[in-house]
Amino acid sequence: MKSGSKLEKILSAGHFAFTGELGPPRGANLEAIQKKAGHLKGVVDSVNITDNQTAVVRMSSWAASILAIQEGLEPNYQMVCRDRNRLAMQSDILGAYALGIRNMLCLSGDHQQFGDHPQCKGVFDIDSMQLIMAVKEMRDGKFINGQEIDEPPRMFIGAAANPFAEPFEWRVYRLAKKIKAGADFIQTQCIYNMEKMREWVKRARDMGLTEKVYILAGITPMKSLGMARYMKSKVPGMDVPDEVINRLKGVEKKKQGQEGIAMACEQIQEFKEMKGISGIHLMAIEWEHRVPEIAEQAGMLPRPEV
Amino acid sequence: MIVAKRKPFEEIKGLIQGYKKILVVGCGTCVAVCLAGGEKEVGVLAAELRLSQKSEKEPAEFGEATVQRQCDREFLAELDDLVPEYDALLSMACGAGIQFLAERFPDTPVFPAVDTTFIGVNQDVGWYEERCKACGSCVLGMTAGICPVTMCAKSLLNGPCGGTNGSSCEVDPNQPCAWHMIYERLARQGRLDKIIEICPANDWRNQKPQTLIQPGYEERYESGK
Repeated sequence: MKSGSKLEKILSAGHFAFTGELGPPRGANLEAIQKKAGHLKGVVDSVNITDNQTAVVRMSSWAASILAIQEGLEPNYQMVCRDRNRLAMQSDILGAYALGIRNMLCLSGDHQQFGDHPQCKGVFDIDSMQLIMAVKEMRDGKFINGQEIDEPPRMFIGAAANPFAEPFEWRVYRLAKKIKAGADFIQTQCIYNMEKMREWVKRARDMGLTEKVYILAGITPMKSLGMARYMKSKVPGMDVPDEVINRLKGVEKKKQGQEGIAMACEQIQEFKEMKGISGIHLMAIEWEHRVPEIAEQAGMLPRPEV
Repeated sequence: MIVAKRKPFEEIKGLIQGYKKILVVGCGTCVAVCLAGGEKEVGVLAAELRLSQKSEKEPAEFGEATVQRQCDREFLAELDDLVPEYDALLSMACGAGIQFLAERFPDTPVFPAVDTTFIGVNQDVGWYEERCKACGSCVLGMTAGICPVTMCAKSLLNGPCGGTNGSSCEVDPNQPCAWHMIYERLARQGRLDKIIEICPANDWRNQKPQTLIQPGYEERYESGK
């Protein structure tokens, strides 16, 4: 075992993993975390705790991760390169590990221009690839500068992949770079274009990459037609085919959420069968209370005990 | 070249408020080429300032002078006899030129009339684009002559990120994705192997004030100390 996290145990035992997401509150609101955590406990294996997502100030992801542990969840602590330099990153990783955090997701981060402090200075001292490499080196006992660590933080290392962004041909090579940097598992961008996803997984398989890393397919159920249209036109790097829009158009407004869940469950069924996919990462954005029902409907319950 | 942009007129007026005799100092190199602070722009700014003083009881006076380079002592020396006649200087040079001017004349307040924006290129008449952040450790050999530190909004050395929209950057549809361009050009040259390897964390050498003495000149400056 690299970290001994529950997520690592589930994946290495060959179970089909199921992870969720919890966005920290825009305030020191402990209750908000407790409420969201209540919906996810026992339903997912690990919960991604986002780090100032969309460049909007929120409770720090390490603090919210600790609070998630107190609520009985296993956090997947997200860290972006936008807000801190390599000194702050490494010290936060040490602290996070000392407090019981065992999974990390290493990201570049949305550009600050999209957030609530667009005038701020983006740090980007290192990029997501270099962060993955740093967390791996730290697990092996060395800081980025090569100096030895007294009690290394042994994290299970996650990285993101977007199979849909251009240049498509390069995406699988970038995945290979992340694996080489030290990624143990991958969580993908929200998937709507299944055809492209199948092709990307095939290429990853052909290169032998799916033998080296656990890939969790990213699923975000559409809550409404409006959300689907927004995702299609406004969210960077998102690929929403017309057939998704048309299917939601075909049902009355009140039933669109239900249809979105049905579509997500169909995707999950396909991924369960797909060679090279090791689990699902469910990003039910501000829809945490619907996660138990989605998990049930998708046949993801009960979760395995490890 | 270094590209600059004239400050808003009201801001310039605010900076020099209260001074009665002001010398507007242009620079004949980069800022002249990018149409921000050369002899012509000095003339325009001085004329606008004079016009704005017309209704004043005691209008301020404005002189004009442009030197070849404000970042060079040899040229600043041309101003030695002129500056004592003024009670403030308004420089239209880049940030480096303004500071060297202020250093040359420490008894006279110096104000900036331009904002220095970037090191860039001339795309067309009046159209400039940034190309270099002077990070101090150039990676252009790896990236097909396209700087990811400057041209990628996140300065990624192992891009592209997952936010590309087609071939554009997520922050601006009119800004091409640097890593998309790097990929395309390396592919065209058959050199994609350059970015297969992981590029390690950058050595940011521009984090403190720097001095550079070219090889061959070390002794000259050491003995002078």
